[in-house]
Amino acid sequence: MSVIALTPFDLSLAALLVLLLAGLSWRLQLAMEGKLLVAALRTTIQLLLIGLVLKVLFEHAQWWWISLMALIMLAIAGREVMARQQRRFSGWRGYGVGTSAMFISSFTVTLLALIVIIGNDPWYTPQYAIPLLGMVLGNTMNGIALGMDRLTTGAWQQRAVIEARLMLGQDAMEALSDLRREAMRVGMIPMINSMAAAGVVSLPGMMTGQILAGTPPLEAVKYQILVMFLITAGTGFGTMVAVWRGSRCLFDERDRLRLERLAGV
Amino acid sequence: MNTCLSTTGDGGAQAHGGARDLNTNRENILNMLRLQGVSSYSMSIPALEVAAGECVCLSGPSGAGKSLLLRAIADLDPHEGEVWLDGREAREFTPREWRRQVGLLPAESQWWRERVGEHFSEVDEAQWRALGFGRETLDWQVARCSTGERQRLALLRLLANQPRVLLLDEPTAALDPASVLRVEAMVAAYREQQQAAVLWVSHDPVQMQRVASRQIRIVGGRLEDAA
Repeated sequence: MSVIALTPFDLSLAALLVLLLAGLSWRLQLAMEGKLLVAALRTTIQLLLIGLVLKVLFEHAQWWWISLMALIMLAIAGREVMARQQRRFSGWRGYGVGTSAMFISSFTVTLLALIVIIGNDPWYTPQYAIPLLGMVLGNTMNGIALGMDRLTTGAWQQRAVIEARLMLGQDAMEALSDLRREAMRVGMIPMINSMAAAGVVSLPGMMTGQILAGTPPLEAVKYQILVMFLITAGTGFGTMVAVWRGSRCLFDERDRLRLERLAGV
Repeated sequence: MNTCLSTTGDGGAQAHGGARDLNTNRENILNMLRLQGVSSYSMSIPALEVAAGECVCLSGPSGAGKSLLLRAIADLDPHEGEVWLDGREAREFTPREWRRQVGLLPAESQWWRERVGEHFSEVDEAQWRALGFGRETLDWQVARCSTGERQRLALLRLLANQPRVLLLDEPTAALDPASVLRVEAMVAAYREQQQAAVLWVSHDPVQMQRVASRQIRIVGGRLEDAA
């Protein structure tokens, strides 16, 4: 069984729905139509481009091309994490904390899956490596962005409480413990929720895609379970590293809260 | 650093008469808290010393740098200069140790758990009673306490650490007259018993008369001798 190829006309029909939504938004003065159309356009162009890139990459399955691709994905994800924070760290910390955490967790998890679990030959076969890394990285990015945003905004808002705890002789990590726990929770909850709802409420995208492409459902399900676990591990470890390093960056070596390291709104 | 601000003699010693024994290690005790060239932001204090058992009152217009000074001493803000406690410089302590020894009571108290008791590991019942609280206070919800109650509880919370130095930032600002006197008496008793050094920010000249061994003024980030 093979996939039914979509024609540009098929896609235009779906695009019409988005246009309709934009029109309605304009009529109702929701002021969302601009954002909606730009995002739809970005999705179309970005996905078409990545389709081309993957096509070329699959034909030239050399490890350095794949590494380059992976690094570009990481760099863009790092930018995205930074952009989603209301009060991010200024300077190198703003980019470095989130990106390094993402690198450590999602690359490790993906490598482990490719080499140990899937065991392809060669292990970097792009059909597996790029989509897996993409899924792990994308979710890790969400977790880290949410966690870091909560951490930095929380530190800003709770400055007086954190400093009061320092004044009473708590060390930096103790004074920040409640906020750290909350940031971790916020980063990990979406993943835990989606695992809990998988298959009952929502059919995960990857599994749906495989089934559409003709894979037997049970095979697709096994892959989906693998991916869910990888994503959870990637998100969890990544958020932990980012929140931990971010917490450290909020203080200096004398355990003083240094909010001036955060950029303004 | 014998500038016009050094404290030996006058106020401190007279206020406490011969009540304490200064024979041993006189120099150290007299210089219990010593500041040298401390400055942060717009505040700059060339030298200041507070002896053990002494209460130095700090006054001055809003924004003059009083709170900045206290924050620098407690090592909450990055600052220039050195702060010494009993002959040891702040950096020789861990941050945690330092802030336990040099306790800062901010003008507005902060609470992070629901109940009062969750902020205390131990309770000195005599002290609690002296400020009008009892065991049952531990179950109170912080959100339902008045500002004045919270301020008094914050003082008890700070004293539970047994700091060697008290930095009090308008500790009686939200209190009724009777409570003001009780807090003053408690600080005085603590100072006497523990030979603690106290730096007290106040706007009330009458209060300063009551509690101060010595008074200083800070204006535009600089020290001035007060009458």
